[in-house]
Order: sequence, then C-alpha cells, then structure tokens
Amino acid sequence: MIGGICTKFGDGVNTDVIMPGRYLVSIDPVELAEHVFEPLGPEVQARVRNSPVIVAGFNFGCGSAREQAASGLVGAGVVAVVAKSFARTFFRNAINTGLLAITQADASDAAADGVEVFVDLVNAVVVVGDSTYPFPAYPESLIEIIRAGGLIPYVSQKLSDGGVA
Amino acid sequence: MGSTFAEKLLARAAGEGVTQAGQIVDAYPNLIMSHAASWRCIRTLEKLGTDKLFDPDRIAMVMDHNSPAYSAKTAGDQKLCREFAASHGIKKFYDVDAGIAHVVLIEEGHVRPGMLLIGTDSHSTIYGALGVAGTGVGFSEVTATWVCGYLWMMVPESIKVVIEGPLSHGVYAKDVMLKLIGELTADGATYCSVEFHGSYVEGLSVSERMTLCNLAMEVGAKFAYVPPDEVTREYLERCGVARDAYEEIFPDSDARYVREVHIDGETLVPQVACPDTVDNVKSIEDVAGTPVNQVFIGSCTNAKYEDLVEAASILRGRHVAPGVRLIVTPASKQVLRRAIDSGVMSVLLDSGALVTNPGCGACAGDGGVMADGEVTLSTANRNFRGRMGSYDSEIYLASPVVAAATAVRGVIADPRDFIALPEGSIA
Repeated sequence: MIGGICTKFGDGVNTDVIMPGRYLVSIDPVELAEHVFEPLGPEVQARVRNSPVIVAGFNFGCGSAREQAASGLVGAGVVAVVAKSFARTFFRNAINTGLLAITQADASDAAADGVEVFVDLVNAVVVVGDSTYPFPAYPESLIEIIRAGGLIPYVSQKLSDGGVA
Repeated sequence: MGSTFAEKLLARAAGEGVTQAGQIVDAYPNLIMSHAASWRCIRTLEKLGTDKLFDPDRIAMVMDHNSPAYSAKTAGDQKLCREFAASHGIKKFYDVDAGIAHVVLIEEGHVRPGMLLIGTDSHSTIYGALGVAGTGVGFSEVTATWVCGYLWMMVPESIKVVIEGPLSHGVYAKDVMLKLIGELTADGATYCSVEFHGSYVEGLSVSERMTLCNLAMEVGAKFAYVPPDEVTREYLERCGVARDAYEEIFPDSDARYVREVHIDGETLVPQVACPDTVDNVKSIEDVAGTPVNQVFIGSCTNAKYEDLVEAASILRGRHVAPGVRLIVTPASKQVLRRAIDSGVMSVLLDSGALVTNPGCGACAGDGGVMADGEVTLSTANRNFRGRMGSYDSEIYLASPVVAAATAVRGVIADPRDFIALPEGSIA
C-alpha cells in the first residue's frame, strides 16, 4: 500500500494550473516540482509538497497533453491521485511516469483535506480511514508499467531483455 | 451489430479483424507527430540507450511553439531537433518558419483518411477533419512509439453528434463547438470518439471541419471524426495526395453509440466561452459589452486562411479601438502567403493589427501575454487561468468574426451588428 496525507481539490483541475506552460522548458521532475500548482499560490503548493496523495473530483488533469503535469507531481512527492474521473491524456501520462491514477468516486467523497488515503494496487482498493473502496483492477500490462516506475524504464527493461514486442 | 469509425480504424491499426469498445489493443500509428516537445522525446530516447527507430518515415517534427527561439535554452532545444532529424533520416521535419504542426502536416499532405496518428499535443483530434483518428499523448509515449512502433490503446466508445444546417449569418463551426462544449461539459466525452454527422457537416469546408475536430478535445474526446467526402478528396488533391493513396473508413449505419446529440444549427447564435473553463459558455448577448485589452486571432483552432478572411470581412475599412491590441498569428506559412497574395493581410494591417510569424504564438503564452487584471478575447481553444500571462488575467474564447468585432469596439461585440452595416462604414 502506498499513500499518506492527502490534499483535496474539486472538479476540473486543469493542466495549466497543475503545471503552467511557461515551465515546460524543463523535463526534470525535481525542477518542475517547484512550480506545481503555482497559479493557486504558495499555501496550496506547500500543502501538496507535504501530501503524497491528491484527491480530486471529476476530470482531473483536463487540458493539455503535457506530461510534466504528471511528472511535476511525481517530483513534488505525490505517489497517487484518487479522483472521480481523469482526462485521458493525464491518465496515460500518469501511468507513463509511474504515478497511480485511481478512479474512485466514493473514496473521493469520503476523503477530507488532510486525512490519510492509501492505495493498494494488488487488491485494487483505496483505503480512507476505516473504509475501503474497491476500484476496477488495472490491466496487467499497466501494472507492469507502474511496477517498472513508468513507461521509459519499462521499455528500457524490455529492450535489455532482448525484445520490445 | 455494425462498427463505429473508432472500432474499424483501431482494428486496422492493430491488425485485428474486428475490435469492440473497451478492448485494449496494440495499435501501430501511421504518423507520430511531435512539436516543440520533440527535444523532450530525443532526451528521453537517450535514456532508453538506443537510437534505433521503428520507422523514421512515420515520424514528423514541427517546431511550432516557442518559435523563433526566445532564449538560448529554447534555441538549443531546437538545434537538437534539427540535428537529430538530419542524422536519423526524419524527412518530415519542419523548422521554425513553417507554422502550427497540425495545420502544416495537413497542408503538406502527410495526413490521409484512415490513418491512426498520435501527437504530443492534446488537439491532435483535429486530424479527424480528414477522417483520421488523431489523439494526444505525452512525450515519453511518443519516444516509446518511435522505438517500438506501437502503443496500447483502448478502443473507445463513440458519441454521435448530428448537426443540422445551414447556420445563420455570423455563426461558424466555432460557435457550434462552444455550444456543444457548454452542453456536454469539459468531460462529457472523456475517452470517447466523437463522430460528426448531419446536413451541416456534409459539404462543409475542411477548414471548418478542422475547427470542429480540434475543439472536440475540449469535451475530453480521444478521437474526432468527420466522414470523408468529395470535399475531403478535392482538398487532399490540392495538398498533393492522390485519390488512390488512402483508404477511407466509414462507420456502419447500425453502429452502436453511447450517446447521440442533436444541434439545430439554424437557431444557433454566436457563442463565447468565459473565464476560466472552456465549458463556461454563454450566448453573445450575455457577454457583449465586456471590455477587453487584447484580441488574439490565432491557434490551430481558428487562424487558417478562411478564418483570416472572415475576420478581415469585418475589419475592412475599420480600425481597432484605441488602447486595444489586436494580435494576428497565421496558423502556417502557407496561410500567411495566401493572406498576403489575396490582400487579406493588408486589410488586417490597415486595421491596426500586429501580425506575428506563423506558429502557436500567444495561445501558448509565447508573446502576447497579459499584465495583471487584463482581458483577452481569443480565437484559440483554451482559457485556463494564467495560460496567456498573469495568473490574474482573463481569457474569453470566440470565433474570428466575434474577435474582429470585439477588436473594433474594444468590448465584446456581436459580429452580426457589423454584417448588417454597409461596406466601408466606420463603426
């Protein structure tokens, strides 16, 4: 299980708020982390830096296909986002950067700002306080990417094993 | 039961007989586009420890954002791309002079019906204008596909949008889409393929089809699609694509859709997306009179030649309001050249417009940014907070004619007021 204290957001958190376009000149997650949620101000930024989980409403990560929206969160120490729904570009970028993106509406409702939220990928449940919330298990191929730490380490491993197919 | 466009196309791209919504396949894109993100792909490739590409002819790179370079870092990134393309036999490389990737690749004849296309840009849904399945992905995914040739894809559910026309005067594809985005909301079509049908779409110009499909991303779509027809074929011929160089894909008449949406084009009025989300849509009369500091006519949504012609039809013989900045950024070099040759560019310049080099420009915050408290009305596709400068500025989105009318008045204005005025009069 991975997780910890969460920061809670509402619906429609977009990529330009997560990672403003002006910082896309970098692909270093640590550098990018400085600017995660910058449009929302230093207080929100400080909270996110101290919470390994983000909980949100509908359509988290809508907007741009910028991968840095996901990798910037990883750089800031976020390990999982639990939301009511995700924009598909963000969902793919999350998997590809080794960030868990879990769709679980009830867990999103149950989690208040600052409470502990954990994700158990093997048993496909989100744990909020004493309650567990099941979610449809990731397909095995996606679990492999997550386990490798993202798409590039995964492909790298495949290449050194002697084949990509 | 029949198949949707997406089910048929992904079956072809994955080499499977048939596919059904929900199935996960390994799909081989015919074209892999990367724009300003190309350098990120190249740096990521270095991490993979290989530079063996699956097929360099399937790779296209266009230097559209941050062009020309504004910093030594950006210049270095672009240099890396230039050198990589040359050393790796990537022939579809377009430098900082070309314009916005989506428009350039279509104009150059690289985009053909029946293709699967991935790009490092969410508005890659635009390719649906030519009956193509286009979708945005991150740079790691493009890098992996450069090497592997395929990526996993879930076959999406499909939504059928039926638009009946004709539209009334002063109303365009932009208004149709803003209306749809307002009704479906920003996640109304998440993971879905959006097919456009109906009398409005039949015979519609490719330029307006591009606007429809580009904005489908703003309801969360994975693909957008307009059925290819004679308009498509003639357009492609002008781009140098022979009729036997592609295979069109059409959905079956008994295909299954999760939702069907009808839009009555005739009753539609100009629409405006208000700050800070694209689905915060109002009719023009509800926002008319809102003061603006800047108007931007640009982006892959609405800076094609036809868009500039429409804007010029209002700006001809008129002048931008005092204190207002009108920035025009043609989508591509071809668009710029046509606008010069036809005299449209002179109309824009005479009206007081600042015309920039082709590319993404202010849409991505590259020049044309705003100070605290300022307001821009833009023809682009996103109005998220801080996208064009200060986090305390605001963006409204509308069609090129709304933009032109707004530039003249200095407040958000209804273009239909201008269309009724006699030619050459001063508003």
